[in-house]
Amino acid sequence: MGIIQTTGLKKSYETRAHRKTTKVEAVAGVDLDVAEGEIFGFLGPNGAGKTTTLRMLSTLLPPDAGEATIAGADLRKEPAKVRAAIGYIAQGGGTQDDATAREELILQARMHGISKAEAQRRAVSALAAFDLTEYADRPCKTYSGGQRRRVDIALGIIHQPKVVFLDEPTSGLDPQSRAHMWDEVRRLRTEGMTIFLTTHYLEEADALCDRIAIIDGGVIVAEGTPDALKREISGDVVTVGVGEDFAEKAAEILTGQTFLTAVETRDGGRIRLAVEAGETAVPLVMRTLEEAGIATSTIEVHRPTLDDVFLTKTGRSLRES
Amino acid sequence: MKSLKILRDIWLIFQRNMLLMLRSPLWVILGVSQPVVYLLLFAPLLKPALAPMGAHSQADAYRIYVPGMLVALALAGGLYVGFDLLRELAGGIIERARVTPVSRLALLLGRSLRDVVVLVIQAAIIVVLSLLFGLTVAIPNLLIGYGLLAMITLTSASFSYGIALTVKNPAVLGQLINNVAQPVMLLSGTLLPIALAPLWLRDAANGNPFNWAVTGMRALFTGHPDDPAIWKAAVMLAALAVITIAWSGRKFARSVR
Ligand SMILES: Nc1ncnc2c1ncn2[C@@H]1O[C@H](COP(=O)(O)OP(=O)(O)O)[C@@H](O)[C@H]1O
Ligand SMILES: [Mg+2]
Repeated sequence: MGIIQTTGLKKSYETRAHRKTTKVEAVAGVDLDVAEGEIFGFLGPNGAGKTTTLRMLSTLLPPDAGEATIAGADLRKEPAKVRAAIGYIAQGGGTQDDATAREELILQARMHGISKAEAQRRAVSALAAFDLTEYADRPCKTYSGGQRRRVDIALGIIHQPKVVFLDEPTSGLDPQSRAHMWDEVRRLRTEGMTIFLTTHYLEEADALCDRIAIIDGGVIVAEGTPDALKREISGDVVTVGVGEDFAEKAAEILTGQTFLTAVETRDGGRIRLAVEAGETAVPLVMRTLEEAGIATSTIEVHRPTLDDVFLTKTGRSLRES
Repeated sequence: MKSLKILRDIWLIFQRNMLLMLRSPLWVILGVSQPVVYLLLFAPLLKPALAPMGAHSQADAYRIYVPGMLVALALAGGLYVGFDLLRELAGGIIERARVTPVSRLALLLGRSLRDVVVLVIQAAIIVVLSLLFGLTVAIPNLLIGYGLLAMITLTSASFSYGIALTVKNPAVLGQLINNVAQPVMLLSGTLLPIALAPLWLRDAANGNPFNWAVTGMRALFTGHPDDPAIWKAAVMLAALAVITIAWSGRKFARSVR
């Protein structure tokens, strides 16, 4: 029995513009089962419904339909119990420009009902744990992106929740800060927390998460460990470079060939092919193109990535959407 | 126990918002700069203009003009606090509070009480300046007047927060606030005495608690603390404050983003 369980979670938004009401099905029936102690990743492009799902699970947004239990508490019937069990770190954070990290941490702990002395003590240890002691008494607006994100996370876990919801923890961070953040997330897990994070970075889902669910258009299209998902796509991926001018023609010729299962044009005059076996497909690809009078400049075979999983399930590439 | 928690939470949110206010005190001064300029610019004109209302000296003129200006400040100052809340909403600060068990009413009242403190500071600046121009007012009367102003600010600030949570858009909020503020000010006789207005306007003003507040404030400043307008104003303003806080408090409890 998972620590987060949802069935048929749904949410749609109505937006009015120019007197016309349009309904967006942001989350269209999501079933999840996250085990205790897991780092679970929600991978999907912008607008897939990740934030909406997280906000529903954090009691911030009432679902239109569906059920969820978090740490044994019913999302609809026991929101206060859910709140006590979770930490929520919003996509855009939530620090005041003019307050210091220490003040923010103390306030957050106090809002959770913790006494003043204990709040101060926790702020000190959180600042140390997140490498923030040096900046603790400077206003948050003077922090770097990575520092501010660490404050956000420290705020989200100051009451030692069982489950932490992290919305795009590394969005917009430089590679070094991202690596630092991954270490922080792993550390939270060793402290016994279950992490549910969202990301649109393939590498992040791959490297950091024990298990992921791929979401697109409000629906989960695949779920499993990154390795299992990649294994699910039988075969290899071949990328051929033919130059911008020939890419379209080459894609046309290759489409429908028996030795491949999918064709997609990529930037820089490259074409990406899903094939049964890379070694045997390469000569066939080269011969077919040669017969059409198209020269191959590069050719590359690789094992499927999560992007290939996404492509197979949705027909689009995550990198480009 | 429950009411203790609410008090503790109100104090928590109030303290935080006071701290932020003290960190950029310029806003308090800027907020009061317009009334101060009015005070200085109109000072020479006040006596002749207010003569029909019984202003025979500069001090008399101030006793009529300053109370109205204070009510206008409490109304307008409060109405604009919603913009601050919209910035906090956009910054995720409200959401961060809403995932904790902190009292939703405290999120509103902690802020509104900060706004009351700002108003009290601003009103003190205006009163002190007016003293220099010859205004005199008894301390107890002034304190009762502050009480009325506090209730007005609680109402206008809570209203503004509630509207901000409803429309969630600074442009729409600005429009709405303007549309509310103009007629309320006019019907309160805050800047111009309503006694000078046409009859239908005076009738409309009769049902306006803020008009009673202005009348009550003028009575206090002219040294008539037993004028019935004062308790009538107090009762109406208290009722209005309670209704507005209840309405806005619900918005805080339910608001999404
Ligand atoms: N408050 C809102 N009002 C209207 N539409 C919204 C709102 N929030 C999100 N949406 C829409 O719902 C969909 C899912 O959004 P979101 O959950 O933010 O996706 P993600 O976090 O995966 O980028 C998008 O199409 C988005 O435009
Ligand atoms: Mg999002």
